[in-house]
Amino acid sequence: MRPQIGEGFGRRLLVYHLPLFFFIVFTLFPFYWMFVTSIKSTHETYNRSVNPFIPVACTTTIVEQVRTFHVNGPALMDDCLFHWRYLLRDTLFIRWLQNTLFIALVSTFISLFAGITSAYALARLKFRGADTFGVLIFVTYLVPPTLLFIPLSDVIGDLPLVHGNLLNTPWGLIVAYPTFLVPFCTWLLTGYFRTIPKELEEVAMIDGATRIQAMVRIILPVALPGVLSAGMFAFTLSANEFLYALVFIYDNANKTVPVGVVSELIKGDVFYWGELMSGALLGSIPVALIYSFFVEHYVAGITGSVKG
Amino acid sequence: MTLSKLPATGGGESDAVRLAGIRTGWRPQAALGLLDRPGVLGYVLMLPAAFIIFAFIAYPFAWGVWMSLTNKEIGMPWSRVSFVGLRNYVVLWTRDGVFWDTVWNSFVYTAIATAVKWVLGIWLAVLLNRVVRFKRLIRAAVLLPWIIPTVLSTIAFLWIFDPDFSVINWTLRQFYVWMGWGYVKGPLWLGDPFLALMSVTFVNIWRGTPFYAIAFLAGLQTISPELYEAAAIDGAGAWQRFRRVTLPGIKPIMVVVIVFSIVVTFSDFQIVYVLTRGGPANSTHLFATYAYQVAMVGTRLGLGAAISLFMFPVLALVIVFQLVYLRREER
Repeated sequence: MRPQIGEGFGRRLLVYHLPLFFFIVFTLFPFYWMFVTSIKSTHETYNRSVNPFIPVACTTTIVEQVRTFHVNGPALMDDCLFHWRYLLRDTLFIRWLQNTLFIALVSTFISLFAGITSAYALARLKFRGADTFGVLIFVTYLVPPTLLFIPLSDVIGDLPLVHGNLLNTPWGLIVAYPTFLVPFCTWLLTGYFRTIPKELEEVAMIDGATRIQAMVRIILPVALPGVLSAGMFAFTLSANEFLYALVFIYDNANKTVPVGVVSELIKGDVFYWGELMSGALLGSIPVALIYSFFVEHYVAGITGSVKG
Repeated sequence: MTLSKLPATGGGESDAVRLAGIRTGWRPQAALGLLDRPGVLGYVLMLPAAFIIFAFIAYPFAWGVWMSLTNKEIGMPWSRVSFVGLRNYVVLWTRDGVFWDTVWNSFVYTAIATAVKWVLGIWLAVLLNRVVRFKRLIRAAVLLPWIIPTVLSTIAFLWIFDPDFSVINWTLRQFYVWMGWGYVKGPLWLGDPFLALMSVTFVNIWRGTPFYAIAFLAGLQTISPELYEAAAIDGAGAWQRFRRVTLPGIKPIMVVVIVFSIVVTFSDFQIVYVLTRGGPANSTHLFATYAYQVAMVGTRLGLGAAISLFMFPVLALVIVFQLVYLRREER
């Protein structure tokens, strides 16, 4: 803790430890709740006389097996991982996960490419209309996906000039996601490029490099942290996207995780709670993993874009 | 200063390179030389982004405006679609009972959620700024709601707010019994129009607060500690230091974050779709969910497009405010 002058322990507890503790409980409780529900049997989930905070059957089995030093896989499977097994074996969850990763990765790469080039142009090059482009990119916030999805599904279903139909394919989403990713990457990277001293590429160009060479070999490596955090943001935003995926995709096998989980594990009035929760947890893992490695970059990325 | 003028006057390559290019007369190199002019390169580099913006934002937007002026329905061939002028807008404005609930909900939802996220976000940022031990772990934990796909975490809340098995109501019941107050069933969190709207707002706050906190934290870290020391020496108390140093220090980022958040919250879809689908009895619709309901479930695409376009003037106001603000700050 940063030393604060004249602050006793009691006061510190009251203004620092306790609030922080409550914030962490507040943010993490739903995840605990998902986990607990995912390892309870359906019978236990619907039993109102037991304490819902503890998965009784599963805990009992684990304690029993630890006490007797006897690992009983099938029992563990039946008492703890029943829903996980169902999710992975009897639904198309793995397919949904593959679709999500594929779509998110490809649209992130497209958006990073378009974002890097346009951000570099806006940050470094003086050309007529640069300001207009800058405002235009900013103003795309005016048309969020929820405003665009009805006409865009028409456009994706019958692409202008080429008359292709990308509905119900991953490519429909790969084309749609850059609409919110490119403005975002451009905005973030323009700020980042502006923090890099101009002299770097000027020196390179005096030494005979062309501007493109200077951009690719000198500026891009320096801007890597910014590119990385823009890429992370873009990946998260695509993994999080729901409305386009809900409207554009109708075959079960082509769905992404969020849409698949909501539409296939809730059937009318029947909720497969265990599977819903295990699916939600499993679907969150790719994003959570990336962040646990790069959380410092994430903060640095925001700081960079704010200063710029 | 001469350095920075070089690229603007004539490409960046040295004379030797340029001479070589002329002597061989090799055209691709001449083209590359052309690319070295900022005027040309600028447009080339803008091309990918500009293509995406025009083809998949501007064009669909114009298409949407057109659709909202027609009676287009799902499955209706365009040859049978007719132009109806502003009828969709007039119908919504004058004869649609749900529409005005939707307008009201959107404003209440956005106002409450933004205000609470703002306050909690500053509070959490100040707390996080003091963390020294387990810094990475605590930041990652706090950030979790923001990075996990919204639909997936909202499913957890669907179960938390369940009418029969809500964990909140279970805790409430235990508490009542423990206090000797007898049996209580607990409220129907998603079954009552007002409570449902508040529950949806709560989930939005839960999800959005980490973003505010992390962004404000980034702002806090740009404030020089000397300012606090100077303020402390001048006799400023904790509250005054917060008012006079912290708040002005994070003001620029506050404007950016709040505008961004208002846009995203106002145009929100996922939380309401998963928790209530706009129910009970269409009482928790936002623009986006109502547009989806009318267009995709009710198949009336033209009317749905009109509903979503009603968001436009509000978002435009917010964006214009930010543009004006940023311009003023730059000067």
